[in-house]
Amino acid sequence: MTILRGRVHKYGANIDTDVIIPGAYLKEMDPKKLATHAMEGVDSEFTKKVKPGDFVVAGRNFGCGSSREHAPIALKYSGIKAVLAPTFARIFYRNAVDGSHLLPIEITDDAYSKIEKDDELEIDLQNGQIKNLSRGASYTMKPFPDIVLKIIQAGGLMNYKPDKH
Amino acid sequence: MTMTITEKIIARAAGKDSVSPGDVVFANVDKVMVHDVSGPGVATIFNDLEKEGHKIDKLWDPSRIWVAEDHFVPASDKQAAQNIGTLEDFVKRFHISKHFKYGIGQFGICHTLSHEEALVLPGEVYVGGDSHTNTTGALGAFAVGMGHTDVAYVMLNGTIWFRVPETLLFKINGRLPDYAMAKDMILRIIGDIGTDGGAYYAMQFDGSAVREMAMDERITLTNMTTEAGAKNGVIDPDEKTVEYLKARTSEKFTPVHGDKGAEYAKVYEYEAGKMVPLVAKPYSPANVVEARELTGVELDKAYVGSCTGAKLTDLREVAKILKGRKVKIRTEILPAAQSIFMQALKEGLVQIFMESGALVGPPTCGACCGAHMGVLRKNEVCISTTNRNFPGRMGDKESKTYLASPKTAAASAVTGRITDPRDLR
Ligand code: SF4
Repeated sequence: MTILRGRVHKYGANIDTDVIIPGAYLKEMDPKKLATHAMEGVDSEFTKKVKPGDFVVAGRNFGCGSSREHAPIALKYSGIKAVLAPTFARIFYRNAVDGSHLLPIEITDDAYSKIEKDDELEIDLQNGQIKNLSRGASYTMKPFPDIVLKIIQAGGLMNYKPDKH
Repeated sequence: MTMTITEKIIARAAGKDSVSPGDVVFANVDKVMVHDVSGPGVATIFNDLEKEGHKIDKLWDPSRIWVAEDHFVPASDKQAAQNIGTLEDFVKRFHISKHFKYGIGQFGICHTLSHEEALVLPGEVYVGGDSHTNTTGALGAFAVGMGHTDVAYVMLNGTIWFRVPETLLFKINGRLPDYAMAKDMILRIIGDIGTDGGAYYAMQFDGSAVREMAMDERITLTNMTTEAGAKNGVIDPDEKTVEYLKARTSEKFTPVHGDKGAEYAKVYEYEAGKMVPLVAKPYSPANVVEARELTGVELDKAYVGSCTGAKLTDLREVAKILKGRKVKIRTEILPAAQSIFMQALKEGLVQIFMESGALVGPPTCGACCGAHMGVLRKNEVCISTTNRNFPGRMGDKESKTYLASPKTAAASAVTGRITDPRDLR
């Protein structure tokens, strides 16, 4: 795994899937079109601001609500490489990993409160370190659970071969 | 080693003598469901796999898969119609016989069909391509919602990974007063523990009030465990469960029960007799206050629908209140399945609804998820028997949804303001 580098788009806690991609667009099957509505419920400027490789930094319980895989897909196709939050809703987390859409990275509440919008971050996945280049600070990320790490390395659940059942 | 019902079901499905919370296992799945949103997603994944050179001749076990059309039916537009077509092709190609197609006999909201049609049985592992798959845990199954990649994986392999959750036990004792419903109970719980209070946990319900509840009411409890972030909701099966299922299927099943002395991460106790009608204010299901605190709130619409609040019991309660009265605001009543619609017709409920001035419509998720057939405009205010009130959930992101029980929604439809059913004259 490599080093990721990008800019921060910051949001609050409990960002739910209706906000990430509203229900009316769920019939849309083209991921690029889905991406044009990403985060519409909370930030109508999001799709204009976001650049490939950027990060979303959000408060606790990111992605709560529905099981729509459209949520991590919309974020992925808008350019987001990773979402950093103190906790994730479980289906969003699973979808992000198993579908190999983006990385859900758990950070501390303290790191969340210190990272600001537009900060430039560098994430070293190997060592679990997050450098805040704009503030000269660094934070640690919570390591991925074993199975999650293996699925990420395999490039999603479909490519993952379990050792034994 | 003692285990909870959730742990026992997972252990059996994983071929192990026992599992403990935190263990990661691959477990065999008994039943899988997709609908017209997750199904086309699965079809896309299969297409991509085939483009990469994988051959997909058949699915793991088509007899264990069932398909519902519910979110965008009757087809709301060309794209929705196209997705229904994709679903039809999928069903044909893989010889799936349980396809609940709108306009041909039984159809309805996926989580309603799962219990109405006894598609899931006690002790089973059930994975659905929808977050409210938790609902069906009321039958004593391990029922978990997932995204379409995971569902596609299950359809190919018949197995999936699970992290065994810890269990929160909610003991509800006593008896609900006649003005309160299971909806008030679960709103109270979500209000207390928050929208992530159940995150990654199994939420299990027990106690004399739960044992007393009809299956429809138990289903409301497990349905909204999703709003507390839970992995699954579950109720240990009893005679009522068995009776309910025997009336619907001749399939044999062996219920799994949790062990006496099983360990729970936390036990919450509630007194059902103290319950009062509650309402969750916008924009969170945890934003819970007593209905009486909101008496002044003027409404534009009352909605009785969804897998949470349009089961037969819900409709009967609404009819008791609307009988001989007129609704003052736009009121939409959508039974959650064709079979329930038919029963409501037989019992004269539909007549009562229409005489009160309400609209009665076909089963669909439409308005519940802001998709079609009753979408809210900017600043509109709705009282709803559904389960979510996030910004934009039922339409414009500046519309407002108040979540309430069917009784409270019906009483409010009559007055045009949020109304505690006790205060309706
Ligand atoms: S009725 Fe609402 S909550 Fe239930 S499955 Fe449909 S969209 Fe989801």
